[in-house]
Amino acid sequence: MSTLYPVTVTVNGSPVTRHVEARLSLSDFLRQELELTGTHVGCEQGVCGACTVRLDGRITRSCLVFAVQADGGEIETVEGLSDNGEIDDLQTAFHERNALQCGYCTPGMLITANELLKKNPSASRAEIREELSGNYCRCTGYHAIVDAVETTGRQRQGGAK
Amino acid sequence: MKAPSFDYVKVQSLPELLGVLVERGDDAKIIAGGQSLVPTLNMRLSAPEILIDINGLEELKGIAVADGYLRIGALTRHYELGRSDEVAAHAPLLAQALPHIAHEAIRSRGTFGGSIANADPAAELPACLLALRGRLVIAGQNGERTVDVADFFHGLYETAIEPEEVLVAAEIPVLGGGERAAFDELVMRHGDYAIVGLAAMAKADGEILSDVRLSFFSVEGKPVLAAAAADAVNGKPLNEEVLQAAQAALENDLDPLSDLYNTAATKLHLARVLTGRVLSKLASGGA
Ligand SMILES: Cc1cc2nc3c(=O)[nH]c(=O)nc-3n(C[C@H](O)[C@H](O)[C@H](O)COP(=O)(O)OP(=O)(O)OC[C@H]3O[C@@H](n4cnc5c(N)ncnc54)[C@H](O)[C@@H]3O)c2cc1C
Ligand code: FES
Ligand code: FES
Repeated sequence: MSTLYPVTVTVNGSPVTRHVEARLSLSDFLRQELELTGTHVGCEQGVCGACTVRLDGRITRSCLVFAVQADGGEIETVEGLSDNGEIDDLQTAFHERNALQCGYCTPGMLITANELLKKNPSASRAEIREELSGNYCRCTGYHAIVDAVETTGRQRQGGAK
Repeated sequence: MKAPSFDYVKVQSLPELLGVLVERGDDAKIIAGGQSLVPTLNMRLSAPEILIDINGLEELKGIAVADGYLRIGALTRHYELGRSDEVAAHAPLLAQALPHIAHEAIRSRGTFGGSIANADPAAELPACLLALRGRLVIAGQNGERTVDVADFFHGLYETAIEPEEVLVAAEIPVLGGGERAAFDELVMRHGDYAIVGLAAMAKADGEILSDVRLSFFSVEGKPVLAAAAADAVNGKPLNEEVLQAAQAALENDLDPLSDLYNTAATKLHLARVLTGRVLSKLASGGA
């Protein structure tokens, strides 16, 4: 049996402590230990973006961080951002614009797009595509996703929710 | 896939790190941002017995200017490099290169030092350091030593850092009067590793460029300076003829490695395309 390491983190505002193997990724920690399965796991190489979460305020690939490394950190997952309403408008736009089919890429898309719109709500379609270039979608062909992000950006700029 | 089992220690000081490196030797691997290392662990291309997490080492952090050099700590994250006023003022080449490195979520964690130590032939930052004539500060049991960038990159993923050493910082001469920077790369999709990339510096006096440094990456096993092409440009006003001479000279400078998608001949062609664009940028004011 390998050594277990204590990990104490705040996840979506709640403190949790677990003892885990060093090799456990933050993505598997969230999914298996905490049953927060909104964080998806695709490639485990940092390429697909499905596992994107916010760690200490910055978007991060949770498959490329070990849970032990996040000790003391603050993590926000798609569950947290949807419960607190931060991405309400984006979720609605994704729904209305059919920007998801199987939904596998959606949590990562929402978190990445939200980060872009916070910095730059008037992002052009080219800028949106550039920012989402690290998030793969195998269903939609991206067009509807860009539409949804653009629409949300316009609404946020207009002050509308 | 999942990483194999390993032990984990987060070191709190440089002496502690060096102690563990000596004690565990080849069984140990340093983890900084993990954005290159963790994929290799997950793919089981690497199986260290112990990971030494250096993210707590204050000695490896920070960006500062002193004695004509910009010093960038190894643990500086890519995003920190991108938003630093010191970097923009004193090493604009790095600021230009940064948006081309991966994606926002990777830049959140990936480090400057990790990229240099990893020495991926397709990485932007090693090529920038070569064009900038930087030097690397490396710490080991016997204290610190400084290695000129020209002697630092040895080949594919190989550098002058010994197994029991750690990269502490890079030091880059601050931008001189009349010096300009230009950067460009060709990619399939934004954020991908480049098919061919070029980081360049020059002194400019009106249209006349001198001290030209054309540092290519993703062409050979390590970044390479195109000396013959630079000679074709140095001291002359940049016109079509001079540009073509520089592009032709690349044949003597570069020995491209083919990859899965591009032959050596394609890469040489693309290097010429980039040379045209980047020299024109340098002559018209850099960016
Ligand atoms: C999807 C994806 C796309 C990417 N695209 C690009 C790209 O376009 N261009 C690019 O340049 N990079 C790219 N990267 C890699 C990224 O820039 C990494 O952050 C960087 O290469 C390594 O930095 P790190 O801090 O993550 O290092 P780590 O992964 O922690 O370490 C890498 C290696 O360096 C060693 N090391 C780290 N720090 C030190 C030190 N201070 N002293 C001695 N040894 C050390 C480690 O032991 C390891 O062998 C990409 C990564 C991913 C996942
Ligand atoms: S699972 Fe993390 S990027 Fe694909
Ligand atoms: S909706 Fe299926 S991967 Fe994007």
